[in-house]
Amino acid sequence: MAETGDLALSVRNLKTYMYANNRCNKAVNGVSFEIHKGKTLCIVGESGCGKSVTASTIMQLLPTLSRIEEGEVIYHSDDGDIRIDQLARNGRQMRAIRGSEIAMIFQDPMTALNPVYTIGFQIIEMLLYHTRLRGRKRFNKAIDLLRSMGIPLPERRVREYPHQYSGGMRQRAMIAIAMSCNPKILIADEPTTALDVTIQAQIFELMETLKRDHGTAIMLITHDMGVVAELADDVAVMYMGNIVEAGPVGVVLRNPVHPYTRALLESIPVLGRGKNQEIRAIPGQTPDPYDRPKGCQFADRCRYRIDQCDAMPPETQISDYHRVMCWRYEEFTANAAE
Amino acid sequence: MPPNSESARPDADVILSLSDVRVHFPVKAGVFKRTVGHVKAVDGVDLDVYRGEVLGLVGESGCGKTTLGKAILQLVRNVTGKVLYRSDDKDTDLTGLDERGLFPFRKRLQIVFQDPHSSLNPAFTIFGSLEDPLKRYGVKTRKERRKIVGDLLEAVNMRPEAMDHYPHEFSGGQRQRIGIARALSIEPELIVCDEAVSALDVSIQAQVLQLLMDLKQSKNLTYIFITHDLSVTEYLCDRIAVMYLGRIVELCDAEELYGNTLHPYTEALLSAIPVADLDRKSKRIVLEGDVPSPINPPPGCPFHPRCRYAQDVCRTVVPELKRYRSDRGDHFAACHLVEAPEAD
Repeated sequence: MAETGDLALSVRNLKTYMYANNRCNKAVNGVSFEIHKGKTLCIVGESGCGKSVTASTIMQLLPTLSRIEEGEVIYHSDDGDIRIDQLARNGRQMRAIRGSEIAMIFQDPMTALNPVYTIGFQIIEMLLYHTRLRGRKRFNKAIDLLRSMGIPLPERRVREYPHQYSGGMRQRAMIAIAMSCNPKILIADEPTTALDVTIQAQIFELMETLKRDHGTAIMLITHDMGVVAELADDVAVMYMGNIVEAGPVGVVLRNPVHPYTRALLESIPVLGRGKNQEIRAIPGQTPDPYDRPKGCQFADRCRYRIDQCDAMPPETQISDYHRVMCWRYEEFTANAAE
Repeated sequence: MPPNSESARPDADVILSLSDVRVHFPVKAGVFKRTVGHVKAVDGVDLDVYRGEVLGLVGESGCGKTTLGKAILQLVRNVTGKVLYRSDDKDTDLTGLDERGLFPFRKRLQIVFQDPHSSLNPAFTIFGSLEDPLKRYGVKTRKERRKIVGDLLEAVNMRPEAMDHYPHEFSGGQRQRIGIARALSIEPELIVCDEAVSALDVSIQAQVLQLLMDLKQSKNLTYIFITHDLSVTEYLCDRIAVMYLGRIVELCDAEELYGNTLHPYTEALLSAIPVADLDRKSKRIVLEGDVPSPINPPPGCPFHPRCRYAQDVCRTVVPELKRYRSDRGDHFAACHLVEAPEAD
């Protein structure tokens, strides 16, 4: 792994466990990935696979009864590397990074925005803590941000409350808050799941612009393979707390190796393939996180299961960029190349 | 020429025929709750549904697709226009009927709801929820009902023992299958699926879609499939109706819709869908702004404020749903800028 200057964030063998009722949920169980400057990493997976926990770990926004057991989260800032996992959750340093260097957009803008404060106040709050802008300048900056997000009449809208905004505008306002301090990394946790496709297209356009103009590194969490094909540069497929396959989007989507990635791609109807396309459902459902299979987590639902799958497969580097967690990867790589 | 002409598809058998269906909800304000306006949720829909087909109803949120689904089942009041249901060669207008008059039709028209978590009563066992319609429609003994419910659960790929459990014990996909079993319990002819797979995880979605298709084959059902996901409709539906602000703007065969899109709204909608296929990168047409308010729709074509081809005529005249010919049956579109259809 090259220690080049274009890395924004590295996560190495991260394990985050959550505790409840004397039981332990290994929500993130050994995850490694990197986010490059000006690139988008998409993390795909079903609900409960640990995508959002990974995001909260990076932001140190985990619930109280959970902790980082192992691994490193390294933020490559302009003044050297910072080990985020070692910072105190609400310490001065973490608070300085959170919001200004690494910002996050949440899935549901209505619950993420505070209904009793105006949108303008919520943007200004960020500028208050993270910048030296004062008074009128701060207010004007908030208006500029709303304008750059394509919100009409920002001078008036800045004084309005979240309920006066439509769904798409609320999500833009959230992005405006997240972008207010020009963060190096933007973490978007299913930013468009609650929105219509036409509004989703607007938000995606906006995110592309941010990436191009500001060189922001984006980590996008989604469950939609279509979004991945559209926006991602790199993709990581998660299943039950592990990244089962990762690589550049062209490699992973064209030659998927892990049976889960293949099953995911086969299970959704793709626009433009007509009525006769075959979709194949994945049998069964995700295992109970408190009662996981011993070995490969996907084994019970996998068509290619063999006895060896009772043991956890190691992460294997197929090529420089492409890695997979499966015992039978060699056969699959061979027939993917065909 | 109204879109419901007999020549539309003479060989097929119409099961449901809507003409000029409108659902307007009053908006009340002030101390005296005076009506200050109307939400025109559905504003003049003409539509034929043929026996044995899957009709997709697509559109953004707030375009009235769910309200139209409910209007068909008479689950909302203040429906005007005609909802003609044909059974045994007799047309009955459902809009004029009271609850007693609707009773025989409740059996034939059923609905599967979007959210499987809120559509099952948490205090009832699955058997409790599923036996109710059977009781109402004359299955007298408990033993018989248990047998039927058991068979239904098997039909939706669940174990019959599941009937003695409570909804919270099941996952989303299983609950949705129970919802489907309930809709099937009194052997309906037409099922309205209101976003039946939208709340499910991707890997579970395919299971439910396949189940719906298998059931359609074996039980000879007709579906009206309401969804916002155009990739699912393409896979599932025979015909697709695209709605915008309470009106149908385009209606045609599914393949025709994707191959020969006429309405600019459909064009934008299709281009906005992220496609899981790297070789198929097309240019997104990004629509400005949001869907206008149905209380106060813009004059002329409801889509003109967001349309990139909008011209003067669009701002003043409401376009009619006109019929165009194509190789794949009739193609209806409501747009001034599509070339005039050939005269009959």
